[in-house]
This record gives sequence, C-alpha cells and structure tokens, in this order.
Amino acid sequence: MADNAASVRLARCAKTFPDGTRALLPLDLEIATGETLVFLGPSGCGKTTLLRIIAGLAEPDAGGHVWFAADDVTTLPIERRNVGMVFQSYALFPNMTVAENIAYGLKVRRVDARERRQQASRLLDMMHLAGLGDRRVDQLSGGQRQRVALARALAVKPRVLLLDEPLTALDAKLRESLRVDIDQLLRSLGVTTVYVTHDQGEAMALGDRVAVMSQGRVEQIGTPQQIYYRPESAFVADFIGTMNRLTGTCTDGLLRVQGGALRLPVARATSDHAMFRPQDARIVEPDAGALAGRIVSAFFLGSTTRVVVDLGAEQSIVVDTSERRSFRKGDAVGIDVGADALLILES
Amino acid sequence: MSRGDIRFGLLALPALTVFAAFWLLPMARLVAVGASGPRGVAAYAAIVTDANYFASLVSTVVLSVAVTFATLIVSGIAGMFLQRNEFFGRNVLVSLLTFPLAFPGVVVGFMVIMLAGRQGLIGTVTDALFGIKLVFAYSIAGLFLGYLYFSIPRVILTVMAAVEKLDRALEEAARSLGANPWQVLRDVVLPGLRPALISAGAICFATSMGAFGTAFTLATNINVLPITIYTEFTNYANFSIAAALSLVLGVITWAALAFARTLAGSTVAAAA
Amino acid sequence: MMTRASPGMKRRGPGPRFVAQLLFTVLVCAFLVVPVVLSVLAGLSENFFVGVRSGLTLRWVGQVWSMYRDSIFLSLGIAIACLAVTLVLGVPIAYVLARRPSRATRLFEELLVLPVAVPGLATALALILFYGEWRGFRASWTFILVGHVLFTLPFMARSVLAVMAAIDLATLEEAAASLGAGFAARFFGVIVPNARYGILAGALMVVTLSVGEFNITWMLHTPLTKTIPVGLADSYASMRLEIGSAYTIVFFLMIIPLLIGMQWLSRERTSSMAKRHGG
Repeated sequence: MADNAASVRLARCAKTFPDGTRALLPLDLEIATGETLVFLGPSGCGKTTLLRIIAGLAEPDAGGHVWFAADDVTTLPIERRNVGMVFQSYALFPNMTVAENIAYGLKVRRVDARERRQQASRLLDMMHLAGLGDRRVDQLSGGQRQRVALARALAVKPRVLLLDEPLTALDAKLRESLRVDIDQLLRSLGVTTVYVTHDQGEAMALGDRVAVMSQGRVEQIGTPQQIYYRPESAFVADFIGTMNRLTGTCTDGLLRVQGGALRLPVARATSDHAMFRPQDARIVEPDAGALAGRIVSAFFLGSTTRVVVDLGAEQSIVVDTSERRSFRKGDAVGIDVGADALLILES
Repeated sequence: MSRGDIRFGLLALPALTVFAAFWLLPMARLVAVGASGPRGVAAYAAIVTDANYFASLVSTVVLSVAVTFATLIVSGIAGMFLQRNEFFGRNVLVSLLTFPLAFPGVVVGFMVIMLAGRQGLIGTVTDALFGIKLVFAYSIAGLFLGYLYFSIPRVILTVMAAVEKLDRALEEAARSLGANPWQVLRDVVLPGLRPALISAGAICFATSMGAFGTAFTLATNINVLPITIYTEFTNYANFSIAAALSLVLGVITWAALAFARTLAGSTVAAAA
Repeated sequence: MMTRASPGMKRRGPGPRFVAQLLFTVLVCAFLVVPVVLSVLAGLSENFFVGVRSGLTLRWVGQVWSMYRDSIFLSLGIAIACLAVTLVLGVPIAYVLARRPSRATRLFEELLVLPVAVPGLATALALILFYGEWRGFRASWTFILVGHVLFTLPFMARSVLAVMAAIDLATLEEAAASLGAGFAARFFGVIVPNARYGILAGALMVVTLSVGEFNITWMLHTPLTKTIPVGLADSYASMRLEIGSAYTIVFFLMIIPLLIGMQWLSRERTSSMAKRHGG
C-alpha cells in the first residue's frame, strides 16, 4: 500500500475566486512521504480549498505549483494524479454495490474482474466489512459508509490520501472509536495523508504534524505538542484548547494585576500580558500564592476539576486541577503559575 | 361530518360539478357511443384488428418513440451543457430554447413549413448548393421535425432541473478514482439522471402520441392516430369508431403519463 | 422557469468539449428560432418569394387585423373568462387539496388532470356528442370556454397548490382565527395573499394556454366562434404565406408579454424565497 506513497510539495499556492474572495494566500508547504498532515481551522479558513488544490479539483492561482515527489502535477486534473479521496458526505455511488464501489477505481484502471474481486474482498476484510460486499449503499450505517469510502480510496494505492472532514457527519461516540481505527490504519499503511478537520481532538490525535489555519493563511505548523505547548500566535493559542490570558502593568519583571503579581520569564520581562494553560496553574492557600481570588464556579469533569477563579478587575482564570477537594463558590484561594509556563505572544 | 369537512366539501363543489358535468358524463357517453356502432364493443379492438387503424397506430407509435429518443439525446446534451456552464449569453440561450413551449401545434407546423416547405429555408439552401430543392415538410420527416420542435423545449427544462439536483461530490469521487469525463458520464451522471430522463421521455411520448395540430397543419398523407380519428369523425361521421379510437388513444397517453409520474412525482403535461 | 447555472471547476480557458457543446446548443437554438425569424420577416415583407428586398410593409398585418379582428377579440375574451373561471374553481380546490390530503382528494387531483392527460380530441368529441343537441350552447363561445377551462384548470390548481403546500397553512389559519377572523376573512385576508405567487403564475399559465389552445378548440368551433389558433390553421391552409406569417406575428405579440411575465415571476419568486430563508 505504501509503495506508491509520494511526498507533496507546494510552492506559492494561492487561490482567489472569480468573485474576488481570497480563499488562500500564497503559501509553501512540504509533506514528507508517509506523513499525516492535518489542516485544522474554523470554517472559511481555507483548509478545504488547500485540500482541493492538492487533490487536483482546483487550480492554484498563476505562479503556484504542486509536486508529488519529483513530478509537477500542477496542471494535471484529479483523475490523473492517482490520489485517493474521502469526501465529507462519502459520495458513495448509489447505483453500485459496496464491492463495486470499492473496486471502481480498479475498474477504471482496467484491472480484470477476478483481480478486482480479490482486492475488494481483501479491503472489505481489512475494514471489518466482510460479507457486506453485495449490499447497496443505502443499506449501510454511517460508520459502515465511512469505512467503505476509505476502502474505495485505498484500493487504488494512491500516492496521496486526502480526507475532507471524514468524521464530521457521525455522532460523537462513533467519531471517537473511528478516530482510533483511522489512526491505526494510517500508521500501518504508511501512505502520505492530508486530513482536514475543524475538530482539535481529531487533529491532535491523528496528525504527525498539524497546520493551524485562519483566513487563508497557515498560522503555525508543527507537531501536536508544539502547537499545544508552544503556540506562536494568539490565534493558535486561543484556538487550541483553553488559554488563560492576563493583562496588567509591568514593573521589575513582574506582571501586576489586581489579584497579585506573576514573575515573568526573563526573556520577556517587559510584557504587559501573559497567557497560560489551565493545567499549568496550581491552587494553593489563599495567602500563599502569587495571585489571590475567589472561586466563581467549579465543574467536576471526572479526572479533573475545572475551577473558575475571579481575580478582580473583571479578570478571571480557569484552572484544571486533579486535587480531590471540594471547591465552593465564594472560597478564597491562591494561584501560582511558574514563569516557564507563561506564554507571551504578539496579538 | 364536522363543520370543517362540510366547508371543504362546499369549496370543492364548484370544481367537482363542472368537472362531472362537462367531462365525466360526456366521457361516459363517449364510452357508450364507442360501443354503439356496427361493430359493437369490438370497435375497441379495431385499433389492432383493422389493418388501416393498426397501420395508423404503428406509425404513430414509431414516430413518437423516434421523437422521444432524439429529443432525449438532443435535450440531454444541450440541457446539461447549459446547466453546468456560466457564460455570457447563457440566459439568452435558455430563454430562446424555452420560448417555443407556448406554441400550439399549428404554429409548430407552420415553422416546419418555413424550414422545409416548398419555399422553405432548407430548400433554398440546397437549391443554391446542389441544384436540388429539398422539400420534406409534408412527409414523415417533416412531421418528425415538427414533433421534435415542440418536444425539445419541454425536455430541456426537465433535464436542467434534474442536472441541478445532481450531487457533484459523486462526480468528484469518480474523478478522484481516475475516471475520465466519459466514464464519469456513463457511471455516475447518467445513472443519476435516469429517473428524470425516463419520466421526461414518457411525457414526450404521450405528447407526441396525442399531438394533433402539427399533423393537421402539415396535411400529410401520413396518417397518425389523431388525424385518423378526426377524419373518421368529420369526413365519414363514424362516431362510434372515432369515439372508440380516441378512448384507446386516451388510455395509452394516460398510462404513459402515469408511468412518468411514478418516477418523477409530478407531471408537466401539455398538449401540442 | 429559469434555473440558475451551477458551474463546476473549470480548466483555464474554454476546452474543445465546451466549444463543441456550445456549437451544438447554438445549432439547436437556431433550429427553434430561425423559422420564427423567417416567419416574422415573411409577415412584414411585400413579397415572400422575393424576400426582404421587396421592402417591408405592414399591409399584411393590417389585412390580418381586418379579416380576423373578431377572432382576436374572441380569443382574448375567452382567455380572460377562462382565467376568471379557473380562479373561482381552482383556488378553492387547491386549498382543499393542500389542507386535506387524503385518498379522496388525491383521487380528485388525478381526475382533474385527465383532460390534460387524454388527447384534446377525446375531450372535444365527448363534449360534442353529449351537448351537441343543445343548439344554443353548441354554437356559443361558452362551449369553447368549457373546453378551455377543463384543460387549464389543473394547471391553475397545481400552481396554487404548490405554493400553498410549501407554507404552513394550518398554523397561519389558526393564528388568524385566534385573532377573531372568520373563514371568509381568513381566506381572502391570509390564505390568498400568501398564495399570490402561485395564483399569479397559474394565471399567466392559464392565459397563455388558452390563447394557444387548438386541439380542443378546432373540434368545438363554429364559423362564428373562431379563436386565433383556429384562424391560424385557416390562414396557413388557404391564404398566401404572407398573411399566415402576419397572423403568426400577431400571435407572437400576444404570447411574448405573457412568457416574459412568467419568466420574471419565477425569478422574483426564487429571489424572494432566498431572502426569506436568509439566502
């Protein structure tokens, strides 16, 4: 399956629509062979446009180029790029059986009927769909359809596998379990994969690297850990997980707010704001912390408790703690945040 | 019966009465007249037992089937092209193509005469090019042309509506698997359009079977069924045979339209 | 009637397939339009055999007007009468069909369509055989009107029904009733105004169909009750080409405003629906 996998390279690819909308600003991108790259972002950020350019369903503006390995495929339409694509609505052919759907790419490539049957049945087994080959598409459940769509895309041994929000149409529980299946499948196959989603959890779980996009631009590209712990812009910081943000005045390397003062990291000792993740803050005795405030609410989430603390002057922060205490509304608490957990970013 | 039911009944009453008085009863009488002639009830089988009438039926069916296929192909290509492409002048083309919808059969017959009659355009062109004046308005070819003329606008509209409803993702999926445009057409688009095409074809067939005005204007020697019926009634005063034949024809067209409706859900029938 | 284009991904510049299809479509269009242009020219030129070079004139149109003036007025009169009757019969029927979908009403809807599904010849024959004895009725324009109403009523009913079925009639009526409106007030104050697009579209359709109706009218007409299509058939058969063409021009002049009205109306409807749904 991985024999055909190709690396992908984009140079100066942009997309402007006829009505003037700039869906994508010029970007350069490289995807290594066998890598899974996830495009993550809110709707309208350009991730689907980018996917379609890589697929060959859309052409980049003049000056943009797309390479699969050493081949310049910019002017090749999708039917000649040898990709595999899974659509958000699955787009299974209603006039064909499951097996015929899976084998369609092979049929187009003039593979003989016996070989097609063998390949289809092998894929059906791999996708835990054995025995469903003769069903019609409308007799399948959502999860089954998703796997047929995946099998169909993989049957042609694609150079690049493209998935356009494949789990969005499913309910939450199914999404979770399929996410695991897809992750294992992609790792075992080693095929170069481009995955588009607006769901952070999916992106972090599935991607070797994640590209966070906003308004036609890639804000940051990196491993899930890099994105989460080292966001490079306020957008990425806000978009991924929850982020606390404090604004105050800065004196002597300390960020002063109503509830107290935090020691800023040495390199950014003159900033008037700082951000940190909920799990990087610690709840301590009311007078023993750098900050002091009152509990507004506490949500017990099972493994953690999410406590909202009001620091005064209309600033409140969220703290995730695994302490098994009771947190009552109105209690006074102290908060500590290590300087190395603080993030200072341009807005 | 509740007061609401009575109200609904009263609202429907005028239409019901008009319909019963002017269609149901007369039709019932027509059925009776059909069986009242010298052949009796056998008149209803005359369409197959009598050589002349059978020949008329066959020519009408053959003509209608031929027109249906030709229209589906022509309107399919043009309709799909217009629905899928945006270009300068597209709306003008669509308007021009659908404007003949309102023409009665007589006018369509006249249009055929303009094209292929004794002073027609085609005759003049072939005369200038080859020295032979091609005149075919008054033959089966002219009739075919006329039927094509009133069928194309109807079917184009249906095709355009059906193409608009196609799921584009299916075509993209086929392309992503390597299918070239012809394969996409054969494996995804045509199967997707099939119900609409069959329905439009059935309506086209029914309209052609029942068309009178066009054949009347072209005054051909070809006997299509509506003309046969007309001749029996006006020239020979064979009321019973005319009644019987027209009822049989009515059943055929009604059946074709009912078939179309089961596929499409609504009809756009109109006579020509 | 107008559908908006739904373009797909296009390669840069028109490919050979596009050009081929465009040429084909233009050819089909020419097939339909060229004879119309020819007949208009024929109706306006002095001598058809010589062509436009013989000069343009309105004398044929004038002759048509003097010969067939009565037919033209009769056609218009019947069309308007037909419209009035189908409004009175069709709007209530559409209301019943929309509010009480049941086997009985669906059967009735099927029945209503029969005069359209069955060739006009049959309907006309039935009318003649049944009412032929009633001399007064048979020779009057109302005889033709009956045929037209039978043929156009389903179109009005369907058009209005389509609009009524798309809005939640029951709730609107309940709201009006809760505010004290009796049935008549509800019908004319709430139901009819909300169905106006369907009524208008149906009206244009009915008038257009009535003006162009031939199959039924030809059988039902008498020398004193000739409509435009009947006159057209006469002129094609027995008059010179220029007269037939000029008469056809008169027919076009009547039809074109109606068609433009229908196209405008369908555009208005799609845009107002888009606005209502925040489209």
